[in-house]
Amino acid sequence: MSAETTTPATDAVSAYDVDHPAPVIEPPRARTRKTPRATRTNFEMYGWLFMRLSGVLLVVLVLGHLLIQLVLDGGVTKIGFAFVAGRWASPFWQAWDLIMLWLATLHGANGLRTIINDYAERDNTRLWLKALLYTAAGFTIVLGTLVIFTFDPNIR
Amino acid sequence: MPAGTLYRGREGMWSWVAHRVTGVLIFFFLFVHVLDTSLVRVSPEAYDDVVATYKNPVVNLMEYGLVAAILFHALNGLRVIAVDFWSKGARYQRQMLWGVVGVWVVLMAGAFYPVLQHTLRELFGS
Repeated sequence: MSAETTTPATDAVSAYDVDHPAPVIEPPRARTRKTPRATRTNFEMYGWLFMRLSGVLLVVLVLGHLLIQLVLDGGVTKIGFAFVAGRWASPFWQAWDLIMLWLATLHGANGLRTIINDYAERDNTRLWLKALLYTAAGFTIVLGTLVIFTFDPNIR
Repeated sequence: MPAGTLYRGREGMWSWVAHRVTGVLIFFFLFVHVLDTSLVRVSPEAYDDVVATYKNPVVNLMEYGLVAAILFHALNGLRVIAVDFWSKGARYQRQMLWGVVGVWVVLMAGAFYPVLQHTLRELFGS
């Protein structure tokens, strides 16, 4: 490959070893004074960090949710309006579900954003897929938040 | 064709593929799940009607599949964090994947009866 002359780090045999299982990837561009303002932030780094922090919290929140809803006390059999009313009578479970809703939606939306960036090659395709994604994620967060805060056990 | 790497076509690549696929599936379910739960604001009957769908044997089996996807994504996500933040993470990423698979198999075996008990009781009596 002609790239060997420009990327000396990757043509050495020792480029891959157990501590570096993937080839070294040179930064695609250096950040200079001419770099557009839009790409001068650390947005992607904060996104990367958010995926890990929210991921750890979601392991606890989602696995706890699955345990209560699908495993304990007869599994899915018990679920109904009365069961939901019983749980949301407690601010603790309201807060649990609210935090889980926000973190899961943002975590999932950022994951799908990465996937769209990876596979949609045309600018317009990326734009529309992301517009659809952000609309769906915003709708999910707003609807879910409203439902938790306005829940009325005596609706009938 | 790049020289043989420790990544391409191996555990690292396939766990990445599985992480993506399960992540997308879980996101789509989350969207549907918020919609069905929001029916508690319509009426108790509307909510109980849609929850009845979740008690159908085929959908109950899909819930077991959802548990499978979430458990893999959760356990492999912890492995990704270990690869990123633990100094020996990259060295042991393969062993950690087999650890993830092992814990996943144990948890899936443990979840089999509790998650599917509604269907099992319906099909084979109590």
